[in-house]
Amino acid sequence: MLKILKYSFFDLMRSRWSYVYFIFYLALGFVLLFLNNNLNKAVITLMNIIIVLTPLIGTIFGVMYYYNSKEFTELLLAQPIKRNTIFMGQYIGIALSLTLSLVLGLGIPFVLYGLFKSTAIFDFSLLLLVGTFLNFIFVALSYNIALSTDNKIKGFGYAILMWLFLAVIYDGVFLISLLLFNDYPLDKFSLIATMFNPIDLSRILILLKLDISALLGYTGAVFRNFFGTNFGMILSMVILSFWVVLPVFRMNRKLRKKDF
Amino acid sequence: MIEFKNIHKKFGKLVVLDGLNLSIKKGGVFAVLGPNGSGKTTLIKSLLGMVIPNKGAILLKGESVLKKWEYRNHLNYLPQIANFPPNLSVIELIKMVKNLRPKESNEQELIELFGLEPFLQKKLGTLSGGTKQKVNLVLTFMFDSELIILDEPTTGLDPIALIHLKELITKEKEKGKTILITTHIMSFVDEMADEIVFLLDGKIYFKGSIEALKKQTKNDNLEHAIANLISKQYA
Repeated sequence: MLKILKYSFFDLMRSRWSYVYFIFYLALGFVLLFLNNNLNKAVITLMNIIIVLTPLIGTIFGVMYYYNSKEFTELLLAQPIKRNTIFMGQYIGIALSLTLSLVLGLGIPFVLYGLFKSTAIFDFSLLLLVGTFLNFIFVALSYNIALSTDNKIKGFGYAILMWLFLAVIYDGVFLISLLLFNDYPLDKFSLIATMFNPIDLSRILILLKLDISALLGYTGAVFRNFFGTNFGMILSMVILSFWVVLPVFRMNRKLRKKDF
Repeated sequence: MIEFKNIHKKFGKLVVLDGLNLSIKKGGVFAVLGPNGSGKTTLIKSLLGMVIPNKGAILLKGESVLKKWEYRNHLNYLPQIANFPPNLSVIELIKMVKNLRPKESNEQELIELFGLEPFLQKKLGTLSGGTKQKVNLVLTFMFDSELIILDEPTTGLDPIALIHLKELITKEKEKGKTILITTHIMSFVDEMADEIVFLLDGKIYFKGSIEALKKQTKNDNLEHAIANLISKQYA
């Protein structure tokens, strides 16, 4: 698997898009620091961007890589390697290269600005950790979609829809249902609903750490009241891990019966 | 050497292989022929484990290949469309495939044969279709395996490369290897194949030597003999 991982990783690291992505984060980091002039504030702004953008990039990269390397994957499938190994190698290769772009792109400006002397270092590391989680989650989800959809255009469509749903629509539906069922106790409902959306979960995780009540929102507040800050963080981390493990598990199951 | 036993394969509602039985003995060139969509590639891919049959067994040297992967170390496969990662260079790709297969390889000889030296450092994305096919051939023939499977090997090749390909196939055949070829170029079949396997409606419609086929269809020309077989599908 390491061999496949290595090649997928280097293949991606050499593609133009990895650089574009890296430079985008680099620019973003510098601009945010320049505008906010404060590490802590920059971290908050960054959170909002990371939480929406990393899933999108992960989704697009995942489907794009799968469909683009289809013929090459077929070449690999004819080699004496296990199927799972090939796809797991590719998956980890993509997620790692995206994570590297993220960590380096944001890390460089923040370190230059004096991150290590600042108290924001833990918040910032958590932010990168969540970004990493989101990369692994959304690349896995998009690989699932791509594996189940042979038609490239449809696959892209579903993947983007999935992102749109989790990043935007989910919150809207959630809010509407909160309004509609205002008369009922909604704590449990909102708790569970949050766990079904990795983006929401990440937001809450970071906000719990940053300890900004004003930004927590209803779900975050319920979450904190119910679990407390520390346990809430651990729990959301665990659920995020599930969000990685389950799609990966399904990927491996799907592979057993897939025709190429 | 290879045995397909009662292979069924459906893609959705489309039945591609319908109770196919085929056994191929060791040594010689076998041409797998059939009209478009007759299941040639599906047959080959199920042997490679890329397509998983709904029913049936595939034996290679008496052992089932389904759900296994180690056996692929003993066969070389040339895929139909050569499309490689555009960011890798030719030499990197060759090294990578070598790295994946812990086996002796003679890529240098083949690189010289197909005149690929000037392209070694070039990115695969910049190569022409024919050159990619040559790289594909190098990757297939550089290992020494008993079974060689070629899916449309002539695609995009210039006449010189084609001659080299034929020489390569003859050489491998003389070493007693089993070579499976699918192609639509009948002159290529006429020249290279020892035996023809003709697929129609998901079954083996004909299996035997070229002479036997010509005799059966009462046709001296292989192209017409095959056309004769295919036309029965439309009749």
